[in-house]
Amino acid sequence: MSTYALLFDQSLCIGCGACEQACQSEHEQPPHKPDKLDHESFTYVEDLGNEQYARHLCMSCENPTCVSVCPVGALEKNALGPVTWDGKKCIGCRYCMMACPFQIPTYEWRSPNPRVRKCDMCVHRVTKDLPTACASICPTGATNFGKRDAMLAEAHRRLEKYPNRYTGEVYGEKEAGGTGVLMLLSRSAAENDLPSNVPQHDMPHLTWTVLEKLPQIIPVWGAFLGGMYWLGNRKNAVASHEHHDHQEGGRDHE
Amino acid sequence: MSERKIPKLHFWSSFFVLLMVMLAFVLFKRYTQGIGSISNLNDSMPWGLWIGFDLLCGVALGAGGFTVTAVVYIFHLEDYRPMARPAVLTAFLGYLMVIAALLVDLGRPWNIWHPLVFWNPHSVMFEVGWCVMLYTTVLFLEFIPLVFERLGYNKQVHFMHKYLTPGLVIAGVLLSTMHQSSLGTLYVIVPEKLHPLWYSPILPILFFVSAITLGLAMTNVESFISFRALGKRLESNLLRGIGRATAVMLMIYLVIRIEDLIVHDSLKYAFRFDTASWFFLAEIIIGGIVPMVLLFQRRIRENKLALTGTQFLVVLGIIFNRMNVAVTAFQLGTGTDYRPHWMEFVVSMGMIAIGVFLFSLAARYLPVFVEEGPLGKSAGPKDPYAELS
Repeated sequence: MSTYALLFDQSLCIGCGACEQACQSEHEQPPHKPDKLDHESFTYVEDLGNEQYARHLCMSCENPTCVSVCPVGALEKNALGPVTWDGKKCIGCRYCMMACPFQIPTYEWRSPNPRVRKCDMCVHRVTKDLPTACASICPTGATNFGKRDAMLAEAHRRLEKYPNRYTGEVYGEKEAGGTGVLMLLSRSAAENDLPSNVPQHDMPHLTWTVLEKLPQIIPVWGAFLGGMYWLGNRKNAVASHEHHDHQEGGRDHE
Repeated sequence: MSERKIPKLHFWSSFFVLLMVMLAFVLFKRYTQGIGSISNLNDSMPWGLWIGFDLLCGVALGAGGFTVTAVVYIFHLEDYRPMARPAVLTAFLGYLMVIAALLVDLGRPWNIWHPLVFWNPHSVMFEVGWCVMLYTTVLFLEFIPLVFERLGYNKQVHFMHKYLTPGLVIAGVLLSTMHQSSLGTLYVIVPEKLHPLWYSPILPILFFVSAITLGLAMTNVESFISFRALGKRLESNLLRGIGRATAVMLMIYLVIRIEDLIVHDSLKYAFRFDTASWFFLAEIIIGGIVPMVLLFQRRIRENKLALTGTQFLVVLGIIFNRMNVAVTAFQLGTGTDYRPHWMEFVVSMGMIAIGVFLFSLAARYLPVFVEEGPLGKSAGPKDPYAELS
C-alpha cells in the first residue's frame, strides 16, 4: 500500500500564506507570518522574488533518518505516511535534528520541558481520511494531497505536459531515498533554499552497515581477548609452578 | 595559643569555589528557562560544545581505563599494574562527568533511562547509551575494590579480584570498543553535513584507534600531574614504554586517517589554505605528526618533562580532532554560525573541575597509588592479595 504524500507545484503557488495559517490553527499555534521553520511554524512560504514562492515543511521521508537515529523510538513513520514524535519517549538528545538531511525538526529551546517540533502531516486528520490542513485550504491547487503513487504519476504527467515550467525533476522522488513531499520546482533546489546535496539514497543504511557488523566483530574480539588472558595466565601459572618447584625441590609434587 | 593557622587561600581552591557558584547559577537557569537560556545552540546547530567536548572528548579521555586494564590483565604486562588503578579511577570519574554533562545537555534528562525500555537497535545513540551505561557499571565494579580495601573488606576484595576482574576487564574492552567507535558512527549518517576533511564512513575505526592513543597519552599526563600535585611516585620506565606505544598507535592512526582521505579523494581540501584546511593541518601536523616524531626520539622519552609535554600535545591533538568533527566540520559543512555561550563553558569547565576534585579526594583517601610492593599490592600487613600469590 502506498503511503500518502503531498505534491507541491511551485508554478501554481501565489504565496498567499493560507497554508501557513491553516497549519497554525490546526496545531493550535498563535497566528503569525513565519520567516523560517521554528517551534511555532511547521510550514513556511518563502518569497523568492519574481512572484515565485518556496514551501518548507517536513518532507516525511519514506525511510526517515530521524526515525532511524532516535535512540528511544520517539519518532515513528506512520503506515499512512506522516512522521510523528512521541513526547512520552523523547529524551531530548536532538540526534534527529542533527541527522535530518532537510534540517526540519526544531526545538523549544526556551522551555524547561522542551518538545521536538515539526510538521506531522496532520496525522490526526490523515488517520480520519482527511487531507492535510494545508492541502485542503490551498486556493490554487499548488499543494495537493493523495497517495504517493498517484502524486508521483501526476508530477511526471505535469513535467511532460509543461516541460518549460519546471526544472525537469521531481524534488523528493529520490532525495534521501524518496520523500512523502514531492515538489515540482521552477527553480533549482538551492534557489528554493532546499538542500541540494541530499544523497539520492536513504540514509539509515549508512549507520546500519556499521552497526550490523557488531554481532560479528564483538564475539570474535571477545574470544581473542579471553584467549589472550588464558594464554598469559597459563604461562604465569607454569612459570610460578616451576619457580615453586625449583625453590621447594619439587616437594609439592608428592 | 597565640597563633592560629589561617587556611591559605589557594588560587585553585578559590577558582574552584567561584566556578561552582557560577555552575549553580547556570544550572538553575537551565532547569527553569531551558537550554536556550544558557547556550547558543539553535535549530541548525543542535549539538555544540557539550557534545563535542563533554561527550566526545570526555569518553575518549576515559579510554585510559580500558587500555591500561587490557594491557595489565589481558596481555599480562604486569609492570604496568601500578597504572591500572589511577586509570580506572580516571575513567570512572570521567564517565560520571560525561553522564552529569548529559543531564545538562539532554532536553528531558529525567528520561535518560528510556533506552533501557524503549528500544531502537537501528540507532547509534541507542547503542552508545547502553554501552556507556554498562561500561560505567563495569568501571564502578572495577573501582569499588579500592573502597573495600580501604574499609578492610579483604575477603570481598580477594573474591572480586579472583573471580570478577578478568571478566570485567574483558567486558570493559568490548563495551569500549563498541561505544568509542560508535561516537564516530554517530556522524556517519550526515555525509552531506560534515566537511569532507572530517567525514568518513570509517569514522568508527578512526575514533577507536585515536581513543586508544589518547588513553595511553592521558595515562602519562595524569601520572605526571599526580606526581607534581600529589607527590605520587613517577614510574619513569613505564612512562617510556607508554611513550613508545603511543608513538606506534599514533602512527597507525595517522596512516589510516591520511589513507582514508586519499581513498575518498578528500586530501585536496587540505591544501586550499582556507579555514577548513588550516584547522585540518593544525590537527594533523601539530597534534599528530609532530608528537609522533618526537615520541620516536629516545632523547624525548628519556626526559620526563619533554615526554609528558609531548604526550600532552597528543591529548590536545585528539581533543582538537573531536571538536573539529563535532563543531568545525559541521559548521563548515552546513554554513551554520555558532560560538559557544560563556555559560556553556561554565558547564564544561565545571564538570572538569568536579572530576579533578573527586580524583584528588580519591587519591587522598583511597589506595589509588601503590607506593611499594610488587604487582600493585599494597604494602603493609593488610595485604588483601596475599592469598593470591
